[in-house]
Amino acid sequence: MAIYPPERIWWKPLGREERLWVTVAALWCFFMFFMLIGWYFLGAQNLPTRAQRITTAQYKSLADQFVEANKVGEENGVPIVHPQPGTDIYLVAKQWQWTPILELENNKTYTLHVSSLDVQHGLSIQPINLNLQIFPGYDYMITITPNKAGNYSLWCNEFCSIGHHLMTGKIVVK
Amino acid sequence: MAAIALPNTFSGTRSVFRVCPVTTFKVDLAAERLIIVNAVTAIVALLLGGIYALLIGLTRWPDVHLLSAPWFYRLLTAHGMNMLVFWMVFFEVAGLYFGGNALLNARLVGVKLAWVAYALMLGGAILVNVIIMMGRADVMFSAYPPLKADPLFYVGYILFAVGAILACCIFLATLVMAKVEGRYEGSMPLAVFGLLTAAIIALFTLLSGAVALIPTLLWSLGIGNVDPGAYRVTFWGFGHSAQQVNLSAMIAIWYTLATLTVGAKPVNEKLSRFAFFLYILFINLGSMHHLLTDPGLGTAAKFFNTSYAMYLAVLGSLIHAFSIPAAIETAMRKKGYNKGLFGWLLNAPWKEPGFSALMFSLFIFGFIGGPTGVVLGAGQLSLLAHNTWRITGHFHATVVGGTTLAFMGFAYYVLPLVFRRPLFAKKIAQWQPWVYGIGLIILSISMTLAGTLGAPRRHWDVTFSNVTIPVQVQPLMNLMLTFSGIGAVIAATGGAMFIIVAVGSLLFSPKRDPKALSPLEA
Repeated sequence: MAIYPPERIWWKPLGREERLWVTVAALWCFFMFFMLIGWYFLGAQNLPTRAQRITTAQYKSLADQFVEANKVGEENGVPIVHPQPGTDIYLVAKQWQWTPILELENNKTYTLHVSSLDVQHGLSIQPINLNLQIFPGYDYMITITPNKAGNYSLWCNEFCSIGHHLMTGKIVVK
Repeated sequence: MAAIALPNTFSGTRSVFRVCPVTTFKVDLAAERLIIVNAVTAIVALLLGGIYALLIGLTRWPDVHLLSAPWFYRLLTAHGMNMLVFWMVFFEVAGLYFGGNALLNARLVGVKLAWVAYALMLGGAILVNVIIMMGRADVMFSAYPPLKADPLFYVGYILFAVGAILACCIFLATLVMAKVEGRYEGSMPLAVFGLLTAAIIALFTLLSGAVALIPTLLWSLGIGNVDPGAYRVTFWGFGHSAQQVNLSAMIAIWYTLATLTVGAKPVNEKLSRFAFFLYILFINLGSMHHLLTDPGLGTAAKFFNTSYAMYLAVLGSLIHAFSIPAAIETAMRKKGYNKGLFGWLLNAPWKEPGFSALMFSLFIFGFIGGPTGVVLGAGQLSLLAHNTWRITGHFHATVVGGTTLAFMGFAYYVLPLVFRRPLFAKKIAQWQPWVYGIGLIILSISMTLAGTLGAPRRHWDVTFSNVTIPVQVQPLMNLMLTFSGIGAVIAATGGAMFIIVAVGSLLFSPKRDPKALSPLEA
């Protein structure tokens, strides 16, 4: 009776079924524990872990220079850039736009920098559904190698004030 | 009502108790008053949060799209605060006074302080609600800086947390005094042990909340700065660990309901207590899973936190997942329901709302909420799920389908036994856990599926009309959003049924001593 004090000696050995269940459960937990370590080496993609502190002004100027050097067009006022493969590329999160539109080459590796100029945002790359938390003041560096050509939609999935649902962007892989 | 007065050790005062004619527990009347006000306040928060839930659900249903964007985000903030914080914690404080006093036949230590704790919590909750409704804190439950709210929002949050810390300390003091004054024999009951686990986790949870919110309050006043990454580390030490408090309290309630409904006895007290102990040691590490996709944390931190000792807390849950159904089966078989493998389950008291709430809560938490949480804790999968509606689907299966439903089941016993009000509209009470449970199963599964298709959480317009750069949405997502809208309406109906029974019992049922343990006969 869980609502009354137990009998004086309640530390009794486990029954047969209990021992079996606890053993199976513990083995499963250990298996999962080692699998998660294993996936770190076996999995095709891992969590990005490179980042450095940067002021929003510094990041804005880096991104502006990047856009100026690589701009190839515009869509609805948002610049389109086509950077050289193997270089550092910059994506800016701000209320309420992902900018610029990145044109990347298939099977080439880039270092993608992402940071915010105002509040926290959520980078959501669709339809592959990859999601990262983006801060102001942190330059997040992600090594990416696109391996499928096509249009990738970006939207924001961290609430970033009242126009949150307007915040979209695009990556084009050619 | 039979009342007795017992002298208190040390203080020379007396506490007045009544003896429950059904359970024979001695209940300190001072504690009983606090159980009642905390539980009633919790139900008011649930009512507010529930109304917002329905409006939000109808907005995210694409064909209905009810609210305007500002009101959607405002009510979503209010929904999160009222449900995750105020409903849960007020009810848990009522649960602590119930466990620490009624179940131990003990007196409440520090009655005046307990009222101070209640006043702080109530004041904080009202302040937060008012500031949100004034449109000065559209920042969500998590309130990530540099998104800034009115300083009074953080003040309300902090006042509430201080009140809750005080209530936990009063519970601990009550347990010590119960032992000193010899109000119970031997070890404390398992349910109280579970509540003690919840209170211990609550203390470091609330302190972590203070570490997150006090600098944020100062920053909102123009003093100093808050690092967004550091805030998230400390905030989730509060925000997620608070759900582990709910988990521990819920499991204590599961054991209680299993005893009240079918007379179940824990199969092995040692094993169940060990499982609670695993929570204290390891479950707080679950908070780190919010941070796996953050910048600023290095390889070692992310690698270690994707797996590690979390599985020792999962082991605790797997033990309870065995112990509670086993205790119910054993109790039913003892009553003679021995036919076949599942005769005990088929013949269980499914019409008893406490029992159906327990079983739905066990099922939804055990098969949807818990496993999805373990999956989302894996680093690589976090990359696929972070901030999508998959997360929302997960925690609606834990904290709503699991904890809230268990608390509702428990309330059906609290109303006749503690409030001494027989249930109003027993038929509605009988069906309520079924409607609520089924609504939440539909809701959480369709939220999860929408999330796997990329649906973002906390988002007003997933059709992305009026955006500068058009985006492609997976067609199936719309269908899943519609299902979740239907699930939300069914769940809100179940929630309304609970409110009708609870408020109806308080307002219209004559106050009298219970005649039986079952809420249908009491």
